[in-house]
Amino acid sequence: MATENRINFWRRNAKVPGSVQPVYGAQHPPLDPRLRRTYPKDTKPQFNNLKSKKASSFHEFARSTNDAWDIDEEEDEDFLGTPAQTSSGLHSTSTQNQQQQNQAVDTETGVSHRLAPPRTEAENLQDGQEEDSECEHVNGKVVKSSSDAYLNTSSVRSTLQKQQSLPVRPIIPLVARMSDQNASGAPPMTVREKSRLDKFKQLLASPNTDLEELRKHSWSGIPREVRPITWRLLSGYLPANKERRELVLKRKRDEYFGFIEQYYHSRTDEHYKDTYRQIHIDIPRTNPLIPLFQQPVVQEVFERILFIWAIRHPASGYVQGINDLVTPFFVVFLSEFVKDVENFEVAALPLDTRRNIEADSFWCMSKLLDGIQDNYTFAQPGIQNKVKALEELVSRIDEDIHNHFKRYEVEYLQFAFRWMNNLLMRELPLRCTIRLWDTYQAEAEGFSHFHLYVCSAFLIEWRKEILSMVDFQGLLMLLQNLPTIHWGNEEVGLLLAEAYRLKYMFADAPSHYKR
Amino acid sequence: MGSDESYNFVFKVVLIGESGVGKSNLLSRFTKNEFNHDSRTTIGVEFSTRTVQLDNYAIKAQIWDTAGLERYRAITSAYYRGAVGALLVYDISKHLTYESVDRWLKELFDHADPHIVVMLVGNKRDLDTLRTVPTEEAKDFAEKRGLMFMETSALDSTNVENAFNEVLKAIHKKVASREVTRGSICAVTLSNPTSDAQEGRRNCCKSS
Repeated sequence: MATENRINFWRRNAKVPGSVQPVYGAQHPPLDPRLRRTYPKDTKPQFNNLKSKKASSFHEFARSTNDAWDIDEEEDEDFLGTPAQTSSGLHSTSTQNQQQQNQAVDTETGVSHRLAPPRTEAENLQDGQEEDSECEHVNGKVVKSSSDAYLNTSSVRSTLQKQQSLPVRPIIPLVARMSDQNASGAPPMTVREKSRLDKFKQLLASPNTDLEELRKHSWSGIPREVRPITWRLLSGYLPANKERRELVLKRKRDEYFGFIEQYYHSRTDEHYKDTYRQIHIDIPRTNPLIPLFQQPVVQEVFERILFIWAIRHPASGYVQGINDLVTPFFVVFLSEFVKDVENFEVAALPLDTRRNIEADSFWCMSKLLDGIQDNYTFAQPGIQNKVKALEELVSRIDEDIHNHFKRYEVEYLQFAFRWMNNLLMRELPLRCTIRLWDTYQAEAEGFSHFHLYVCSAFLIEWRKEILSMVDFQGLLMLLQNLPTIHWGNEEVGLLLAEAYRLKYMFADAPSHYKR
Repeated sequence: MGSDESYNFVFKVVLIGESGVGKSNLLSRFTKNEFNHDSRTTIGVEFSTRTVQLDNYAIKAQIWDTAGLERYRAITSAYYRGAVGALLVYDISKHLTYESVDRWLKELFDHADPHIVVMLVGNKRDLDTLRTVPTEEAKDFAEKRGLMFMETSALDSTNVENAFNEVLKAIHKKVASREVTRGSICAVTLSNPTSDAQEGRRNCCKSS
């Protein structure tokens, strides 16, 4: 099964609607790779068939060089591995978000039979009238928060204006309606999925949750229905003891809103206004293609969370990238009340519910950041170290790639900085991030330590494409625009299994992993 | 443009300026003719290229974009290495972004090649009604500092091509007039790959 998935990875259209996709990686921990191979790897470090072409002459160099302006070169279709191209070109996008989000909205690489119905966003691609209002919004007048933006359906739609040349295509949800399903749609639960859900429910029913067991099962993915509570438990926010929960939640939530009362008004003060200004212009640029995040009510939540966090953590303050880290918590906690998260009008929720979601997101995000704070302190030493560690690891596990980078003078910092700063959120669809965080929260120091192995596995995933790119520019543009738009649980599951394997083999203290 | 496979030069150009002034959209407008209302904050460095014809030469512009925040100083010094041109961008509707220009110039000259060609770019010209930086004032400032100057709009494309082309022309002129040594300008030719005295043989116009 895993084999099939691996081979079919590039051929999403091999799946037919309604086919039942088993949840990958049910076992925890994954089978010991040293004892047996569960899947063939064409990414073995010793695999030498893909010798990079030597740009021995200038003409070869020129011929093989990707130019951003050319959109009709055959070779690009090949290396991207996806069957179809959008008219704006899947390759060489200057901004990774552009490609990813373009495709998110108007996707379709040949999988024309997706279950997800075309969305209104697609229809509104042709509507050019709203651009002015959108422009103002994005420019972010600093005067006050975005509550002055009038929320109606047309302004929501207008945020999805794209170039009119893009074709209308069915949408793959950025946030899977059922996050434990694959990107291919929402088939009914398999027997195994049902039994996993039952297991979780059983664990969660206990008066004193066995966190150890919960982590063990969460490693392979948490069923959507129980994800909100499981995340709260795993992050240490919600007490394992059921009796204490109500009290603790109330206390923490009150505490957060106490901060708001105490500090939020000072965002216009001399001392804080730069922080607030930066947050304020970053929020509209956080998840620009998901309607949910264009709602003023939601943007205000993000502003508050980030502002309070920033002033309570003066060692780092607000750093661009932290804004992304609120998103998964917010979406997951919202999903407890809402099926179609992406398009839901949050103002329709009762105020108390909204406040709880906000406070819980704040605290859980804080806990996450506690473990990686040196990523964001001055000069960002945490990130420097992690990127160095990535380089070292890759030099050991895949010499070909490492030498290839050396040869074309690609520095890891140039692409991996963002991987560390944003925890791969810029390289993966949101639904994949959410699945990834199931495992990160199940792991000890998942966000700081295991992430390194995930990044390594992620890099090696693309070894074929990397090795076939024979110039600096092409390499960098590839690495900043990796084609993961159709990734789902399967791909993330494979990635995690590989990361686990790497960690097992290369960590200095493997016993530290033992749960 | 795409059919011409030989490049005579590769020039590395960097975009600098405060957060939110429109650097990323200037990049996408120039290299892909796209403006993205939905662009996200730039993290680390981002990168794109475009080849233009200047006189009889094919010039590949290698354009670097980065976050405007000081926090990213970790990677910014590497960012400037090898750059022969810079667009220092501010937002004409936000005077604060113009006030930082001096600071950016300082950073530029602390880290970049002394011969780097710099253009001061007042972006978001489509927001003329919200203007807070008079054109003449910025123009005078640029003149005094020996910078090129242009106002652009990545949104409606005004002057974006011009801005980049002027910078590339100016760079090319410097190269042609041998005002700068071979070593500091990356030139890709059949016979003379550049060599960097410090670090030994290098391929053309690198990353750092």
